[in-house]
Amino acid sequence: MKIDLTDTTASKINKALVKGRRAIGTPAVGMVLTLVIVTDEENAYDALKAADDASMEHPSRTLVVIKRVSRSPRDRTKSRLDAEVRVGADAGTGETVILRLYGEVSDHAQSVVLPLLLPDAPVVVWWSADAPRDPADDPLGALGQRRVTDSYAAEKPVEELKARAESYEPGDTDLAWARITPWRSMLAAALDQVDCEVVSVEVAGEEANPSVELLAMWLADRLHVHVRRAVSAGPGLTQVRLETTGGPITLHRSDGAMATLALPGQPDRAVALKRRETSELLAEELRRLDPDDTYASALRFGVDRLGGIQSASQRPEAATWTPGELPVRPVHDSSEQAAKPAGASASASAGEGDSGRPTPAQMPPVKKADPQ
Amino acid sequence: MSSSNPLRDPADRRLPRIAGPSGLVIFGVTGDLSRKKLMPAVYDLANRGLLPPGFSLVGFARREWENEDFAQEVHDAVKEHARTPFREEVWQQLVQGMRFVQGTFDDDDAFERLRDTIGELDKAQGTGGNFAFYLSVPPSAFPVVIQQLKKHGLADQTGGSWRRAVIEKPFGHDLKSAEDLNTTVEEVFAPDQVFRIDHYLGKETVQNILALRFANQMFEPIWNRSYVDHVQITMAEDIGIGGRAGYYDGIGAARDVIQNHLLQLMALTAMEEPASFDADALAAEKTKVLGAVRLPADLGANTVRGQYAEGWQGGEKAVGYLQEDGIDPKSKTDTYAAIKVEVDNRRWAGVPFYLRTGKRLGRRVTEIAVVFQRAPHSPFDHTATEELGQNAIVFRVQPDEGITVRFGSKVPGTSMEIRDVSMDFAYGESFTESSPEAYERLILDVLLGDSNLFPRTEEVELSWKILDPIEEYWDKHGKPAQYQSGTWGPVEADEMLERDGRSWRRP
Repeated sequence: MKIDLTDTTASKINKALVKGRRAIGTPAVGMVLTLVIVTDEENAYDALKAADDASMEHPSRTLVVIKRVSRSPRDRTKSRLDAEVRVGADAGTGETVILRLYGEVSDHAQSVVLPLLLPDAPVVVWWSADAPRDPADDPLGALGQRRVTDSYAAEKPVEELKARAESYEPGDTDLAWARITPWRSMLAAALDQVDCEVVSVEVAGEEANPSVELLAMWLADRLHVHVRRAVSAGPGLTQVRLETTGGPITLHRSDGAMATLALPGQPDRAVALKRRETSELLAEELRRLDPDDTYASALRFGVDRLGGIQSASQRPEAATWTPGELPVRPVHDSSEQAAKPAGASASASAGEGDSGRPTPAQMPPVKKADPQ
Repeated sequence: MSSSNPLRDPADRRLPRIAGPSGLVIFGVTGDLSRKKLMPAVYDLANRGLLPPGFSLVGFARREWENEDFAQEVHDAVKEHARTPFREEVWQQLVQGMRFVQGTFDDDDAFERLRDTIGELDKAQGTGGNFAFYLSVPPSAFPVVIQQLKKHGLADQTGGSWRRAVIEKPFGHDLKSAEDLNTTVEEVFAPDQVFRIDHYLGKETVQNILALRFANQMFEPIWNRSYVDHVQITMAEDIGIGGRAGYYDGIGAARDVIQNHLLQLMALTAMEEPASFDADALAAEKTKVLGAVRLPADLGANTVRGQYAEGWQGGEKAVGYLQEDGIDPKSKTDTYAAIKVEVDNRRWAGVPFYLRTGKRLGRRVTEIAVVFQRAPHSPFDHTATEELGQNAIVFRVQPDEGITVRFGSKVPGTSMEIRDVSMDFAYGESFTESSPEAYERLILDVLLGDSNLFPRTEEVELSWKILDPIEEYWDKHGKPAQYQSGTWGPVEADEMLERDGRSWRRP
């Protein structure tokens, strides 16, 4: 059920929550955390939808904080809080309160959110767009144990990563980091299977995708070897190549779904590495609420210490793939690539319009389900 | 292989435990268990990214199938029964490693073909010679299959690879046969490479018994004879024997359920804190509890067995056990069994554990209820506490997994009246949908070689030592009591608890 409250306060919202719960007959709830989503009208729908889906795994109270921009100076001096309270079937498996803040109160959002937090339960703050430069220092961010940003949604992702590294506090995490968990786990599994030392690494992926940098920094941080970041047409990450003393290990994905793992002396194997939806990323974020030290360490390695973007086609070709299959493009192509429409450049992603994401501005925060 | 993989870091909690290169061979792949549980579990594991690249699934059965037919069968089973959504790319990863070997268990050629298939998979899929053999076959076929595996060199571990055997209940039908079975299996596979599936142990709620007891402070202090009155462990089914007459008749409820599931649940409920959570420490504590179990002197008064009679179960007419197809009308097989046992140690002396199981009971439910003593003194007068029962902590194992705490609370109003209320923790409420199926966890553990959740030889043998005297007594005395289908068992079982001044919970 939905309860609309206009020009309201936190205590009225609390009353509406209790009333809503009683009305649907479930006064006791097993919600495990409070999720605060900070967003704008443009992204609110998608962010809330992702949170609802994630709440299937983590029943939570979701507080959506939307700061509204008033047009006239007169309106900006007024202060108003509107709320939409949703419980039961309208709110995934938990409760949702959408808070719209006008005027002065939008600078004091924490005063609205604080009384609405679940007792004792952990608080996670997620900026679906426009994350503050220093999340832990933000008044809303200070309420959370866990602060989730998404540098993919930023205008300049690489700059964003540098800012994250500077302001990092335990509890910070980024959805661009969650996006590479399947890659990391596959690479770790690959190294489990061979007994040799990694000499150098190359990570290739589309431009302006911070996940590629994060993966490269993680590998550099763990392996202590030179890691190059190469640009390809995407979608997303396309290839990781580990040069080892026993031969090259490559994990290659051209279509955003199926990857091929090649190990020295072993047959090629197909592995499913599907790009995941925001709700799945969020569910992964909510699974562990302790500080992610591995992320911190990778982040602090620093984007600047990665090997410069190099032309992939100048490297000796590996025996495991043919050049025609590989969408890694030389760097002088990249400006031309970016100008092309999504998906047109990568042959394998034809027909998958929503997986060839050229610029962050065109990137919808919620990935729609697999078109098949 | 290399223990010093620089990409592995214990602090990196996001990376899941992925099994190393390996494959699974299922004998009896056309059976119900395989279609409804094993194949979907394999798919769900793959979908969660927990299977190694190149994971291979080999089916072995009599049916005349090609690899494609087998893949189609798995495809249908997965679509129908898998927990997680169907994804084409995950399926494409799996299907490359699917093979089918046609043959009977005594067919030497078929086992040669199986060996060739495994060799071929090692080359094509890089399984590295690591294979688990899942024996989803009738107990009579166990020795044949095991011997065939030995004869054709399929159980040989060479060059750092492993071969494991996964076996399903029943683990024999008495101590003697269980020992024989263990000898047969362990003569071919090393004891630590034999995994006995008790699917209850793979359930989240069952593992949660340990978390609740040993990770919290508020339960363990009252987990003993000073506070606990008795413990009831129930596993009820609403269905009859269905088409399993051949298997069930002569085995019965006690051997089918009490010997493995209920005694394992009891061991987890009653055991002392293990020194660590590794397999050896856990097994040591469970073994100690099972070894401390004492049967009552008068088995006639403290055990009950029954057979379901005609009746109505949940709105459907049900035939009695003796009228089922393929059952001898004079059969003495029990479809209901209730026993009382005690655990002779300092913690539990004098606290009875009541175990009951049955078919065609009120509803399908498995639970462990720890019932506490009444408060030693009540400042409230008798009328105020008339409706107050005993406090209880109930682990609901299935369905609706969760934990219930029952305690008294004042009824709102002007007079003092205290009544029982339930406080519920439902898994479905706090961790919706994330609970993996038991078989997923167990298959993954087999591939990882993690034997925490698998009963060991000693546990199986100790369990038979508990049940054998009861079965012997039943053989010689009386016959099963009849109970109407759809009820909570024979009146004799109610009388058994009444004599102790207690009553069964209605689960």
